[in-house]
This record gives sequence, C-alpha cells and structure tokens, in this order.
Amino acid sequence: MVRLVISWIPFLILQSFLVAIASESIEVEEFSEALLLKPLPDRKVLAHFHFENRAPPSNSHGRHHHLFPKAISQLVEKFRVKEMELSFTQGRWNHEHWGGFDPLSSMNPKPVGVELWAVFDVPHSQVDTSWKNLTHALSGLFCASINFLESSTSYAAPTWGFGPNSEKLRYGSLPREAVCTENLTPWLKLLPCRDKDGISALMNRPSVYRGFYHSQRLRLSRVESGQEGLGSGTVLEQTLTVVLQPETISAGTDMQPSWFLSSLFGRKVVGRCVLAKSSNVYVQLEGLSGHELKKLDPEREAWKNAEFELSIKPERILPETSSFLFVYDIEKYSDSEPFDLGLTWKLPSKWASQQAPLHASRFLMGSGNERGAIAILLKATESQEKLSGRDFTDGRCTVKVNIFQIFPWYVKVYYHTLQIFVDKQQKTGNEVVKKIDVSPSTDKMSSGMMEMMLELPCEVKSVAMSIEYDKGFLHIDEYPPDANQGFDIPSALISFPDHHASLDFKEEVSKSPILSKLKEKSLVRSYTEVLLVPLTTPDFSMPYNVITITCTVFALYFGSLLNVLRRRVGEEERFLKSQGKKKGGLKQLLSRLIAKIRGRPIEAPATTNESPEARSSVFSSKLVFKIILVAGAAAAWQYFSTDK
Amino acid sequence: MKKDDGEMAEEEKKKPCRFWIWALSSVAFRLILISFAGNLNLSSRPEVSTPLTSIRRLAEGYWLKQASMSPYAGSMYHGSPLLLSLLGPLTVQRIKGQPSHLLCSLVFVVADVLSAMLLRGIGQKLQMAYGLNARLLGLLKTPRDKGILPSGDIAALVYLWNPFTIACCVGLSTSPIENLAVISALYGAVTRKVPLAAFGLVMATHLSLYPATLTIPIIFLLGYGLDAPPLKLFLQTKKVDNEDRSTSKPTTRLPFLWKTVIHFVFWLLLWSLCVLVLCALSLTKYGGLEEMFNRTYGFILSIEDLSPNIGVFWYFFAEVFDFFRSFFLIVFHVNILFMLLPLAIRLKHRPCFLAFIYLAISSILKSYPSVGDSALYLSLWALFVNELVDMKFSFFLFCGYLGISLLSPVMHNLWIWRGTGNANFYFGNAIGYACFQIVFVVESVSAMLNHDRALKKCNSNHGEVKK
Repeated sequence: MVRLVISWIPFLILQSFLVAIASESIEVEEFSEALLLKPLPDRKVLAHFHFENRAPPSNSHGRHHHLFPKAISQLVEKFRVKEMELSFTQGRWNHEHWGGFDPLSSMNPKPVGVELWAVFDVPHSQVDTSWKNLTHALSGLFCASINFLESSTSYAAPTWGFGPNSEKLRYGSLPREAVCTENLTPWLKLLPCRDKDGISALMNRPSVYRGFYHSQRLRLSRVESGQEGLGSGTVLEQTLTVVLQPETISAGTDMQPSWFLSSLFGRKVVGRCVLAKSSNVYVQLEGLSGHELKKLDPEREAWKNAEFELSIKPERILPETSSFLFVYDIEKYSDSEPFDLGLTWKLPSKWASQQAPLHASRFLMGSGNERGAIAILLKATESQEKLSGRDFTDGRCTVKVNIFQIFPWYVKVYYHTLQIFVDKQQKTGNEVVKKIDVSPSTDKMSSGMMEMMLELPCEVKSVAMSIEYDKGFLHIDEYPPDANQGFDIPSALISFPDHHASLDFKEEVSKSPILSKLKEKSLVRSYTEVLLVPLTTPDFSMPYNVITITCTVFALYFGSLLNVLRRRVGEEERFLKSQGKKKGGLKQLLSRLIAKIRGRPIEAPATTNESPEARSSVFSSKLVFKIILVAGAAAAWQYFSTDK
Repeated sequence: MKKDDGEMAEEEKKKPCRFWIWALSSVAFRLILISFAGNLNLSSRPEVSTPLTSIRRLAEGYWLKQASMSPYAGSMYHGSPLLLSLLGPLTVQRIKGQPSHLLCSLVFVVADVLSAMLLRGIGQKLQMAYGLNARLLGLLKTPRDKGILPSGDIAALVYLWNPFTIACCVGLSTSPIENLAVISALYGAVTRKVPLAAFGLVMATHLSLYPATLTIPIIFLLGYGLDAPPLKLFLQTKKVDNEDRSTSKPTTRLPFLWKTVIHFVFWLLLWSLCVLVLCALSLTKYGGLEEMFNRTYGFILSIEDLSPNIGVFWYFFAEVFDFFRSFFLIVFHVNILFMLLPLAIRLKHRPCFLAFIYLAISSILKSYPSVGDSALYLSLWALFVNELVDMKFSFFLFCGYLGISLLSPVMHNLWIWRGTGNANFYFGNAIGYACFQIVFVVESVSAMLNHDRALKKCNSNHGEVKK
C-alpha cells in the first residue's frame, strides 16, 4: 500500500503541474496514447495503437515545440499542407471477418503498400509542385520510395470520388512498396517517448510483423485558430493497426483463444509515457449475446462472467449499441507492477462483425498480353437489410456506392465499354450510374482516373462491372528490373456516401481522443485488391541487332531504288560516253539533270565558251545558297529544340 | 475471220457481265463475313487496326465527346474529328440481335465498292490512253484493242477480292475510307474533275497525312495528262512519219496546262479551308485546331504508340536509345521525302504510276502501317498490268506476301497470347514484310522503266524498217 502511495506521488506532482500549466493558458501541446484491443470472430485479435499529438494554434514559442515533432511541423509549414494521410500497409483487411461497418474498419484498412493523399493550401498552379516536394520530403523522412509518386503518371487529383472534396487534393499509391521495420522506426521517432515507454513499448518488431495485417498510418490536419495572427495548429494522429493470432494451445476448435498482452506482444506495459496527457487501454467486445449482458450487473459481472473473464478489473465499462468497451487507465502501473491484461474465454463463443452493405472485390478477366478487362463485383452482405442510412428518393429505397479507381497509363481503358450488370441483368448507364467522371490517361504523361456513383436498389443481390482495356507497350527503359513480374493496378476505393459508421456510446464519454474519434461519423469504405497485370516485354538483350537490321533494310531500299532510277542501258550508255568525251563527267551529269528538270533536250556545249570567272561566280552563288540553306535549317532546329 | 469477230463481240458483251458478277459476289462475301465479325475478331488484329484506324478507339473518342470531354483527351483517339462525327453515332447504334458496329461495317462496304468503281473508271481511262499511245507509236495495227488487258476491271476486282481489303472492311478499320479518299483524288485527276481531285487529296491528307505526297503526281496528271510513253518516242515517230513533209519544227516540250493546275490549287485551298473550319467548329469547346494537329499529325510523326503492327518502327523505337530517338525519327520520315524528287524526275511521263509508287513507299515507311495500305497500292499496281507484264520476281513476291500474311498471326499468337515466342518473332516477320514491299517497289519501277526502254527499242526498229 505504501509502495503504491509512493508510486503515486510523482504522478500527483506531475498532474498538479500539468493542471497548473493548463490553467495558465490553453495553448499547450498535448499528447495522448491509447490502445484498443478487440477479439475478432475468426480467432484473431486486433490491436489498434492510437497516438495523438496536438499543437494548438500559437505564436508564443515561435517555431519551437515541446512535444510536437519538429520534422512534421516544418513539413506542414513549408508545403502548406492542410490535410495529409500517409499509410504503410502489409496484408489485406478481411472485410468479411474483421468487420466493415464500424469506425475501426472504415478508417484503418488501407491498400497494400504506401498510400498518400494530401490537401494543400496553395494556389491551384502550385499544387503539383507542392505535391512533388512533399513526396520527396516524406520519402526521406520515412525511408520509403514515396518519391516515385512524384511522377505525373502515378498520382491523380480526385474531385469527389475519394473522401474529402477538394480541388487541391492529390492522391497516389504505391502498391508494391514493401513495408518493414525501417519504416516503423522513423514513425516511432515522431512519438515523444518513442518505443521506450508507455503503450508504444509493446511494439516488439517480431510480433508486430508476424501479424496477418498491419497498417501504420500518419494523419495530419491543420486547425485554423480563427484568431488574427495566431497562425494555425496542427493535429498529428499516428495509428498502428495490427491483427495478431494469439498463440494458444487450442481447447477445441469452437473455443476462442485466450490471450494476455505478454503473449500477444511478448512484452508488458510497464507504465505510461510521462509526457502523455492520457494513456488508456480499451478492450472492445462486440456481438456478445446482448440481452444477456444487459441483465448482468455492469459493475461486477460484465467483465467476469460465465462466458469470459478479463484478468484485470476495468475502471469503467462503456456500453454501446452492440458492444462493450472496457476502459483501463495505465497510469497506476509501473515496473514492479506491469500491466498485463488478459482475456480468458470459458465457453465457446461465436459472433459476426458488422458488414458494409456491399462487399467489393475486383479481378482481371481475359488472357494474353494484348487486352483484358477489369471487373468489380459487389455482393450484398447479410447485414444489408438492417442498415440504416438509405436514401428514399421517389419512394424508392436506394443505396449509393462511390467507386474511385486509378488506372496507370499502360492500362489503356476503353471507357465506352463499361458494362454494368445488376443481379445478372445488363443495365444501361443511365439506369444505375448517377454520376460518372472520367479523366482518361495520356501515354507516358498522366494516369487515368474514374469516379463513379452508382445508385442501386436496396434489394440488390449483386452488381458486376466490367471495363475493357488494352495493354500498353513500353519503351525498353521503362520496364523495371523484374519486367516479367508484371505491373500493379492500385486498389479501387469503394465507399458508401449514405452510410456512416460510428460507435454510439450511451453515456457521455470523457475527452479521450480515441473515443471521440470512434464516436465521430466516418464514411464506410473499403479498398479492393491490388491487381497484377503482366505486360509483354520486348527483347531486352538485342537493341543493337534491331537497330542495325532495320537500318540495313532501309539502306537497301534507298540504294536499290536509286540504282534502278539512274540505270542506263545500251544506247544510253554509249550516248553518254560520246557526250562525256566532250565534257567533264560531273559537269555533264549536272547539265543533263538540269535539262531533265527543265524538260529540254541537252543544250549544245555552249557553256564551255563561258569565261571561267562567270562559271566560278555561278558556283560560288550556289555554294553560298547551300550554306545559307544549311545554316537556316540549323538555326530553325536550334530554335525549336530550345523552345521546348 | 467473221466468226472470230462475232466471238469477240460476244466476249465483249460478256465481260462486263462477268465483272459485275464477281463484284457483287465480293460484296456478298463481305456481308457474309460481317455477320460473323464477332467470331472472326479481325478488329483486334494489329495488322488490320492500327491506333489511327481502329474503330474501338473511334468509339472511345465518340464516348468522350458525348461525355463533354475532348475526343483527344487521353491518348485513345488520333483520327479526324470529321470522321468522328460521321462514324461516331454509328458505333453506338445497335440493331437488336445483330452484331455491334453493323452499321459501320456497311459504311465500309459501301466505301469499298465506291473505291472499286472509281478504280475501274481510272483503269478504263488508262487503258484507252494505252491503246491510243500504242497506235500512235505504230505498235498496234488493229483498231480494236486486242491484246490489251482491261486493267480497270482487273484493278477493281483485285481491290474487291484482295484478302487485305476484305480483312480491313470486316475488321472495322477506317482505312477503306482513307483509301476511298485517295482513289477519288486520283479519279478526279484522271477524269480532269478538278474539284473532286482537290477534295480527295485534302480529305486523304486530313485523314492520314501521307497522301500529301500525291500532290506531285496529281499536278502532273492535270498538267501533262495521262500516263504515256516518254515524249521522245513520239517525236521520233513523228520524225519518221513526217520526214518528207517536215516543215514545222517539232515541239520538244509537252504543253503544261498551267490553268488547270492553278484551278486545282485554288480548289485545294478552298477545300482545306472548309475542312479546317469544320474541324475547328467541331472542336471549339475543346482544344481547338492546335490540339487536333498535335494529336493526329503529331502522333503520326512522333510515333508515341509502341504497340506492335505490321511495320517496323514500333519495335525500333521501343528498343532505340532515347537520345537517338529524334535523330531516327527525322531520318525515317525524311526517307519518304528523299525519294520524291528522283522518282518525279524519272517517271514524270507516268503520273499515275508515280502516284502508285509514292503510295507504296509511304506504306513501307508509315509510322502505323496496316494491310489496308497494301490493299490500296496492290490494286493500283493492277492498273498497270499492260505495262508491267514483264515484271520480275512476281511469283516470288506473291509467295512472300502470302507467307507473311499467314505467318504474322502465328507469330503474334506465339508472342502475345502463348508467351512461348518473343518479340523478335513478330518483328522478324515485319522486317520480312518490309523487305518484300521494298523488292516489290523496286521491281515495279524497274519493270516500268524497262517497258519504256523496250518501247523505244521497238520504235527505233520500227523506224528503221520503215526507212
């Protein structure tokens, strides 16, 4: 008990200090950390780390920060970033089992590889430049090849199909980027306690990268103060979502695995990050037979009942419409008494997570390396009937779907071949497509983009879309070293603009950032698979052969045709010889040519009587003319080439 | 003798009849093939549809235009805006239960038939001129053109029954329309319908740029008249004939009809102005004429699309080092221009043949050639059957063309679809095709020059005998 009190003393001091600062001014940088744990129906566990760093609008400290990472604030200042999100992901979010309609699964699942989008606060003409500079800065900051997004063939400017509506938005993704610990380390460096203390200490690299899915995200948004001359604040939100398989000796296949933090991560939480304003751990249990739970006394039995047991008594229990949130504060734990939460299942339990109205998947059709088709298949999920958020227009129940897709230029899409099948019946565009915006790709210049809004009847079972494309043929230098592996088409984004996911807590919750984030209404969205398109390769080994053979063939053409044209036979030859005796060979040929052009018979060699001076003057004028011609051509060439 | 004459007359009557039967049967054959167009899949063959002539790209351009975007947005459509407004609506209209693009196919069939008819007209004129010249030279004794092949009918049938033409027509490439424009320009020049000649030339140039070289032969045609043996021969003959009566000095120069040519240039300017205004009107909302020139002529000249075709440039520019690219672009395009002048000088007296050679050369050195171009020059070649009877290597060339057209799909399949062959297979085929075309052009020119030589020899012998 005494020890406990002693361990509390520094905390109390600190807290009073913080309170003192807080009362002094509201301009204080805040950092908070949280971990949300959630058992998933398919015997896995989701761990969602959430760190929020707030730099309020302030000019009192100039460019100095207490907690907020300087690298990020410089980035924001320099490139005038209004909003930005960068994610590194490995693995694919399993929408069927891990959920598709809760805030966690609509915000956090990201496409494989790197995805970056940013909204800038600069004039239209400078957006692209800012984007290019930003990609280079981020590339250096996160040890990733984000700089490949610089080229205009790899990013797009969605107007409405992607979440935020802005004309200054740029979006790009690199599906092939391998994400590993070298990307995590710089990300952790942005945290005030790094991974040395607090919740982030759980991030043991082997256990994080052993997971089925991990997505490391960084989101920046600028908060305008509204006051004159105060500048703007920044909110930096860093999340890491991992899906882990607890290692258990299985007690029957129906049984959910029991786990402890130490078994999941190989580490325990030994205390909070002292710089954090709040550090909490949440456990979310969803889909439990709700009516039974409601009967239980929330204080005593909700966390320890016949079905499961949490190893530590939660401080608070927040009931939600379909789930319970158990809240732990880790302020009181220390080295000597580490926080090692566990969940033990006693009875076999089964539940299903909430699904988005339609489940999306995408695939390629066709074979061969000449052409193909991309198909997107939307299938109704079981939960579709239950969902609210439908749009009743003209007495018709409809569900809206936004599809946003980027096509690299080497996938030459024929937009007029778009076919839509609703419940296996082909529909014309006007029947289901409410809005479609297309920006076709230009060869080697820009990527194509398609934004499409479908309005489907609620009772729809399946929607299939297909669009045909031709495969492009690249220059030999444009192929990557492993040309035969194929090229990636980035994920398509399927979102449901009428559906919003949020956790609806019955009671007022404390001002915890993660909870307010979960409470916030977020757009239901899901990313489809990345597609791999094999492209035909030329022969990389023999450019010289191709060049020499082609040039030989054309030399042959030129030579033989010219030969045929100037061939003389028989009398012509003799005539030529007799003429040649009189005149110089070249001179005579020239006069013949002139005669040919004029269409007159060859004149008598009267010209020979001309004085040599006159002849030379004629020649010199010709020479001068030729020189002027060549010089003019060269000047024109120079002018046009420099003009570019 | 009388019986013979009767037979001849009967034959004369029969011949047009036979021609029409063959022509109609070719149309019927096309219509049958069109109903199986979906299975034949000819429209996706790289030999048939190039980025410039593919109807799929045209449909995409039309779709973009309907979606109030520039038809040249993206890099799909590179054709003319006029063709877009002509054929575009036909690509979307579908008759129930019929294969798509049926209406377009019918347009192409009509274009083919029209071209064949115009070719026949050209051929008949040429045949008459040939007969007349032969009689003037005293090589032909009988008033009837016995022994002169009906080159018009032959050329028309070669055009209609050429597998290349049929493939282009059924494979929905726009080259039948380009060919029609070229042939109508020649027809106008041959029959001295100046506005038609100018219109054909302007349209052909607008559609595919390369027929611009035809300006030279058409001016010759209008200025000097139809193909004839060199002037020297007539002078010789005249000398022989009028030796005793010779009083007037023989004109050494053929009269050049400046008036007609100026008339032609006027019409040329008028039609180009019309075309430009129409294009500008149809593109006012978008990039205007500048974008059109960039996306059509710029695309032709800079060879941006490296997808395989029957030519050699796609692979050459896929492999060539980037810093040599502009050099080789200039060299290959200038290669067409280099040959214009020598040929014009040597074949001045045969402007139709000159037009044929120009077309053949541009089809070898085109950025995006298709078999439709070969179909055009092969049928023009058939116009000169009388002159080119002694052409060498004709069997070899026939076998070469046949072999290439059989091997090309095989190589393409091996490379693209099966993945068992590589690009060199298909490229080798294309190189072979280029070689055969080159031999064909060179041999044709050589045969024509030899024919003139033979005429001369014959004539001088004839003169000696008379003496």
